[in-house]
Amino acid sequence: MSTWHEYVQKAGKVPEWPYPVNYGKVNEVVTDVLIIGGGVAGLQAAINAKKKGVKVAVAERGHAKRSGAGGAGVDHWHGAVTNPCSRVTPQMYTDACYDSMQGYTGGHVRYIITKEGWDTLQECEQMGIQIRDVNDEFKGAVFRDDETKLMFAYDYRSRHVIRVWGYDIKPKLYAEAKRVGVDIYNRMMPTCLLTEGGKQGGRVVGATAVNTRTGEFYVFRSRATVIATGGAGRLYDFAPEVTASSSMGTMNAAGVGEAIAWNAGAEFVCMEGSGPARLAGYAYAPYSMANAHNTYHGTPIVDADGKEVPWVDGFNRPIKTVQERFQPSEGQDFMLGEGIGISRYLERYRNNLLTSDLPERIRKGEFKLPLYADLTRLSEAERRCIWSMMVGNEGKTRIPIYDTMSRAGFDPDKDLFQAPVTAPQGYDHPNFWSTGVNTPPSLRMLGGGGFLVDWNLRTNLEGLYIGAGGNLFGGGCHGESHTTGRYAGRHAAEYAKTAPEPAADRNQIEAEKARAYNATKQSKDGNGWKEINVAIARIMRDYCGECKNEQTLNLGLRLLSELQTTELESAYASNPHELGRLLECHSVITVGELIMKTAVGRKASNSILGFNRLDYPQMDPPEWNKLLPIKQVDGKVEVRDLPLDFHLKAPYAASYEENYQKYSGA
Amino acid sequence: MSDKAYMVPNPPTPNKAVEFDPEICIGCNLCVDVCPTDVMMPNPEKKKPPIVVYPEECWYCGGCVEECPRPGAITMLHPTQQRISMNWKRKDSGELFRLGMKNPPPPDTRPPSG
Repeated sequence: MSTWHEYVQKAGKVPEWPYPVNYGKVNEVVTDVLIIGGGVAGLQAAINAKKKGVKVAVAERGHAKRSGAGGAGVDHWHGAVTNPCSRVTPQMYTDACYDSMQGYTGGHVRYIITKEGWDTLQECEQMGIQIRDVNDEFKGAVFRDDETKLMFAYDYRSRHVIRVWGYDIKPKLYAEAKRVGVDIYNRMMPTCLLTEGGKQGGRVVGATAVNTRTGEFYVFRSRATVIATGGAGRLYDFAPEVTASSSMGTMNAAGVGEAIAWNAGAEFVCMEGSGPARLAGYAYAPYSMANAHNTYHGTPIVDADGKEVPWVDGFNRPIKTVQERFQPSEGQDFMLGEGIGISRYLERYRNNLLTSDLPERIRKGEFKLPLYADLTRLSEAERRCIWSMMVGNEGKTRIPIYDTMSRAGFDPDKDLFQAPVTAPQGYDHPNFWSTGVNTPPSLRMLGGGGFLVDWNLRTNLEGLYIGAGGNLFGGGCHGESHTTGRYAGRHAAEYAKTAPEPAADRNQIEAEKARAYNATKQSKDGNGWKEINVAIARIMRDYCGECKNEQTLNLGLRLLSELQTTELESAYASNPHELGRLLECHSVITVGELIMKTAVGRKASNSILGFNRLDYPQMDPPEWNKLLPIKQVDGKVEVRDLPLDFHLKAPYAASYEENYQKYSGA
Repeated sequence: MSDKAYMVPNPPTPNKAVEFDPEICIGCNLCVDVCPTDVMMPNPEKKKPPIVVYPEECWYCGGCVEECPRPGAITMLHPTQQRISMNWKRKDSGELFRLGMKNPPPPDTRPPSG
């Protein structure tokens, strides 16, 4: 017996909710540091705050042992540039990212990540995560340093990306958090940040949340707060029946941290940036099919007749040997690697890739579909490394791909793994399984924008720090989330030590409580959360898609607000789970509003941000080459100008290293 | 004799996401505890396998399988649209295989690295 349908038809009745439900029952938690979001960033923040000797509580949406986008594993760690084998410095790496994005990424956050990424990884090793080839499985391989037993990805000469056996990284982090005495509250749907006097822009003194199993209300009072949540994955795209299995973000990714912080008066930047939604989920199970990207970097791709697809370097010059796929070419100091939160690469930092004219050559009949991954063409060490090390450890791969495919009889020594069969332009990027070509063109993916933070990873709000990957301006992916979480936790704890007693505002708590339970009091005929979410995504795609103007954005804002006061207001939650999902819909709408309001403020098209204003078609006018931080003050939107290199201007010092020494507290 | 017919909504898409073997599962609910999205709920009957209530909220991380103390009690099932997409071909014979096929080849028992 497995499914609900089977149970109902055998038992002849609908099962009752299995957990005791107590809507409105209040639980108070008083702590020094509150972490909102218990993914890899949140647990690093918690562990590192705790090490400073303060009391720490984590409010996690799922269960912190395995939750979060990084909770399902990792196979390579970016930005570990201070490892003993690396030929890249923090300055080189930061400049490469900043220059590639023409300034539209937070250089200070990048610098912090590269200064501390390797230290963070070594701490993971102490928690029991394997980061070296300790069993000598790959002794003598070109990608391995035989002295340290470290193994490298993408760029075997520069050695700044480390291969790790991270399929169990989250349970190990969780065990460490428990060991050091972090209090973890699971199934918490945060509804607001508490501010001093309940005022927008005031010092952050905690948060409220609803437990999505019991429906109980939680009031967290904290001297300092760290937001470590994911982005709003459900904003443009909501079709879980089709996309959930092919997504790299969970259903819980509803932008809740961004929404509650925006309402509290936090400042954001580059939220108007977006790109074509390659990873939106109209795709195949991640890593489940032939491709030659990230985890599979270097994999030989052959056509239906066994003819191999050639590779090119960052400057689009042909690459002759397999070995050269893993080496920077002439004119390159090093290759950055992919999956680091930037959408543009200068040629001198770009990865080696499959030839960029592959779509055209497929159309002409030079390569015949379907394409296959032919791992047998690699050396034994490379083949085993890609399949049983990388695919065995990356997020959503140990059980879903490695174990499943091995049990089904796939043998990388003998078999060709088929690529998706799709339109020729679907092969313009070597990550074939994400097949952007199958995604509706109006669907955008957010990327690069997020919380604006200072050199302490603090927001404009006193007491509020950010440790995260995707929604931190300058953040990245898995390793970057660990590292910024660790840094933010440390700084939040230092602040908490001298911060005054948190005084939450009674009126704010009561108002929040009334709002939180609204959906339990509606007619049982009301809409469900999924229908509402589909409507939100429709508004975003239609009114804030690839092209927009002042009118569409204002109409979109009107419709989001309409939806909130009609269908969403009257939606019904029949249990605490549905209540949590409906509360998330409020957050998704709030993030949509934040994006549209930001987009209204940028009256110019911008190629780096993938931002197209039909009413301001001129691309990249120099006077608009700046950041436009946005926040709410007394319910009104305020936008200001900020230079792209603000992190190296007064009140900060002019060099990365000087600022790091002053602020890091390391 | 046919089973009684009920007015029930269509089965969700996908319907299973995970499947339990009632012979092996002891109903400890450790998988229920860790699932990030509450795909499963405890069975009202003690020691029985959990019930998959929200399969369309599964993101297929496999955490439930890793958590299970009884190997084989729980199997993660890719949606049918993903299973029919996972195809491979034996290089020397040209034989075609797919995930979920009838009469699959013997498993590759080589353990992962590490």
